Amino acid sequence: MLRFSGNLTLLRVRKLSEQLKEIDAERLVVDLSEVERMDTVGAWLVHKLERDRGATIVGATEDQQMLIDHVTRADQPVKVRREYEPPLRQFVGELGVATQTALGTMVGLLGFFGALLIAVANVIRHPRRFRFNAVVTRFDVVGVRALGIIGLMSFLVGIVVAQQGAVQLRQFGAEIYTINLIGRSAVKELGVLMTAIMVAGRSGSAFAAQIGSMKLNEEVDAMRTIGVSPMEALVFPRVLATVLMMPLLGFYAAIMAVIGGGIFTWFALDIPPITFVQRIREVVPDTDLYQSLIKAPVFGLIISMAGCYQGLQVEGNAEDVGLRTTTAVVQGIFLVIVLDAFFAVFFTEIGWL
Amino acid sequence: MAEAEPIVRVRGLVNRFGEQLVHDGLELDVRRGEILGVVGGSGTGKSVLMRSVIGLQSPADGAITVFGESMIDRDEEEAKHVRRRWGVLFQGGALFSTLTVAENVQVPIKEFYPGIDQDLLDEIAAYKISMSGLNVDAGAKYPSELSGGMRKRAGIARALALDPELLFLDEPTAGLDPIGAAAFDQLILELRDALGLTVFLITHDLDTLYAICDRVAVLADRKVVAVGPIPELLALDHEWIQDYFKGPRGRAAATIAEREEAAT
Repeated sequence: MLRFSGNLTLLRVRKLSEQLKEIDAERLVVDLSEVERMDTVGAWLVHKLERDRGATIVGATEDQQMLIDHVTRADQPVKVRREYEPPLRQFVGELGVATQTALGTMVGLLGFFGALLIAVANVIRHPRRFRFNAVVTRFDVVGVRALGIIGLMSFLVGIVVAQQGAVQLRQFGAEIYTINLIGRSAVKELGVLMTAIMVAGRSGSAFAAQIGSMKLNEEVDAMRTIGVSPMEALVFPRVLATVLMMPLLGFYAAIMAVIGGGIFTWFALDIPPITFVQRIREVVPDTDLYQSLIKAPVFGLIISMAGCYQGLQVEGNAEDVGLRTTTAVVQGIFLVIVLDAFFAVFFTEIGWL
Repeated sequence: MAEAEPIVRVRGLVNRFGEQLVHDGLELDVRRGEILGVVGGSGTGKSVLMRSVIGLQSPADGAITVFGESMIDRDEEEAKHVRRRWGVLFQGGALFSTLTVAENVQVPIKEFYPGIDQDLLDEIAAYKISMSGLNVDAGAKYPSELSGGMRKRAGIARALALDPELLFLDEPTAGLDPIGAAAFDQLILELRDALGLTVFLITHDLDTLYAICDRVAVLADRKVVAVGPIPELLALDHEWIQDYFKGPRGRAAATIAEREEAAT
């Protein structure tokens, strides 16, 4: 005989289930006549006694009996856990999936580039489908609003390069070459590379998140059914804006870095601004600037394509938006740096030292 | 019989979004043990009302008490013991997307009653899931692997996790097929009878209103313009109420309800 009294609810279930485990009597009779309140968890415990140990239930009120019946009906073999996989198999599986994803992404990006070219061709054939307002909005978001942070960052990088360079060059009495270091590194590499990283972090991620949320919200599908191509309406304006803004931002970043370095040399090395500017003009060849200006739009293309592509790959849930956004930034920056290495070799080969 | 203290009491509620006034002096009582349907046109602030009552939205003015305790500007810690006594189903289910359905159901139990062993938790999750009408293999699935209707059911399973006294349902039957919706109505009725649930139900589903609601509150003109059993509402001379219940859909639902009444 087992008599419950008081509340048979979730609040007391932890103790109760432990106590019940210790009882090992045969032919239990469960008396519920003194139970004041019972919830489904209580009913579940009673049902389990009935099911597993053949207990007989007495003294249940009509409501309580109904609750027990309810729970009894709900007692189905519900699968609660995912199936277990051995760690080694899991590792190999993950490795395989990762490889597949990496290859898939490469093919996907290539296909995406093709789709983008088709969209561009379509827009050229039907200029009315060009979304001027969307592009201008992106100019503002990608370009104008990035001026502050990119300027500040480049300015500081300019100071750091000048300061570190000066320390090293002083050992050879060649402090004056700090100017060469600032000028050439800023104009040729740092300006455009730092800009690319910042744009990837600011805009590439934003593209992925925006388009990803739109995908989740079925806005992209809605667009398609209305007959608007997402490539033309969403991707092309973003890519175009980034491609056009990158050279401008890159040039601006280079100038800010040079100014930062100039201010450092003025105060720390006593080189007056006039001399500094004159030296910069002598030591930085035009080809350095051309290199940046050629690289910048390509970087912009890569970053915006990675962002939009990942955004359009979002499926399922909010977590995927986050993952895709991260991937967009990582992929963007990675590809930019890989390409930068190729550019460096290429320009050296053609004699743009 | 003296009027029992209402479980939810809303007095002089004012909600404002910028210039837009959503509620202006709204008053509403939810009585113990009843199923109160809340209806109103789109944008009349049904969901905002629910969010205000459960403390997700701080109203501009007014008083709200749940279980006799004020819900306005509550300290999170203090609000906890009120929160464990209710369950909420959001419109889209609002399942945690990184957890499986079973884990979703276990979240509130673990939060409020820590230390229950995992086997029992799994059993509880299992019967809640099956009670909500989900398939047996749904427990191990992630929300993204479920259809909209199944997600809703999983949301119900989570809302029922703590065996709450008070259940808030935001359009529970929207997006369910008619069979599923009817089964859901039945589930709510049974749970109400067995657990003594009080239900605050926002719905557009006229069948649900006729089938399970004891009283219906009509939201219009930024307040509750009428509240009562459907026959009482029908007698009122309010344009929106007449349109709502006497429109083609309202008539159809009423006929079905009458037929069912006659059958029993």
